[in-house]
Amino acid sequence: MKTIRAEKIKNTVAQLCAKANFDLRKDVFAALRRVYAAEKNKKARAILAAIIKNARAAKTEKLAICQDTGLPCVFVELGQDARILGDLKAAIQNGIKEGYKKARLRDSVVQDPLKRGKSSYVPGLIHIDVVKGNKLKITLLPKGFGCENKTRLKMFKPTTSLEAVRKFIIEAIKNAGPDACPPFVVGVGIGGTADYACLLAKKALLAPLNSTTAKLSRELSKEANRLNIGPMGLGGRATVLAVNILTYPTHIAGLPVAVNISCHATRSASAVL
Amino acid sequence: MKKIKLPLEPENLESGDEVLFSGVVYTARDQAHRRLADALRCGRKLPFSLKGQIIYYCGPNPAPKGKIIGSCGPTTSSRMDDFTPALLKAGLKGMIGKGSRSREVIRAVKKYRAVYFLTYAGCGALLSKYIKRKKLVAYPELGPEAIYRLEVKDFPLIVAVDSKGRNIYG
Repeated sequence: MKTIRAEKIKNTVAQLCAKANFDLRKDVFAALRRVYAAEKNKKARAILAAIIKNARAAKTEKLAICQDTGLPCVFVELGQDARILGDLKAAIQNGIKEGYKKARLRDSVVQDPLKRGKSSYVPGLIHIDVVKGNKLKITLLPKGFGCENKTRLKMFKPTTSLEAVRKFIIEAIKNAGPDACPPFVVGVGIGGTADYACLLAKKALLAPLNSTTAKLSRELSKEANRLNIGPMGLGGRATVLAVNILTYPTHIAGLPVAVNISCHATRSASAVL
Repeated sequence: MKKIKLPLEPENLESGDEVLFSGVVYTARDQAHRRLADALRCGRKLPFSLKGQIIYYCGPNPAPKGKIIGSCGPTTSSRMDDFTPALLKAGLKGMIGKGSRSREVIRAVKKYRAVYFLTYAGCGALLSKYIKRKKLVAYPELGPEAIYRLEVKDFPLIVAVDSKGRNIYG
């Protein structure tokens, strides 16, 4: 049995807040450079150059990559042989509060979704999975809402053709259009229940880009990059950086498909304790 | 690249033009728009005169030590669409944001001879360098959604909807 102190968890989460918001993920940065090199449209090239320059400036000057520092989504993989000394959830929330405040990141969370009111740093959204082993893995995904607002869910019939599912995913990308800051990272969740498909789609954003060699991912990326949406929706090839797909078993009566759009500043950072 | 300042001359700007703007812009996003539109509807005084001014759809990050402002890129403009025609009617001349606008907004931009600009979306760190001064104007209780007066120099803009109603998104 390994013991992990809540204080250590809090400090780790605080560090992840700064890291995720200042330092663009290496795979996302590499993908941006790749699409910049391949882009022929002049306007698209200029915008991609600005996006790359922005990521560099954010890292060196410790500025948020995007002013939308997101709703902090925290994915926890808790080893069943690890013992937490103290309050895990409170440690995570306090870590977010401390991390965002210290790094001068925007407070974008309203307490009452209907009455709105003053914004604050927390609560972040915490998803906890119990896994084998004695380690604790924490991943922070600050999710911007320009793109989160474009999320789509559809409960298909089980007899639906794969073609209809593909069309739905491409339509979701089209619908995100210029507003959600293309080139996108597209997370797709297929299977489970309605809520679980949405969670899978969100989790798919965490998978290394283009790590999946699945045929469907590749084909959808290609198809999306023929839509001529491009950076800021002003045309060009660079519409998506990747389409990451996660699947899960589902019921004989259904086929849930969720699409979570993430902007070109897809940020996340992880630590293992 | 063409340089522009206030007063804006929308008739000299065409959809697709890339320009550098120097001068004053006011930040305002969702909640500030609701309040401005409410004030106009009820005939209350606005916290700043909209006449000839530019609104930047932006909720900046707090300034790190030694800096004027934190990351401050554009937010999605279409969320402001319902409020925009009333603001244009009251004299607003320019808007800066990201993404497309509704048909009603495009019609109002044409009617009131205004202009809607885009700036680099998701590039808040880079755009913070063009901001030379920042002053709180109204609604401090809204935190990042408060209205700030920003003085900018050579701020990069793309004309998206011009005063003739031509739209870069077709």
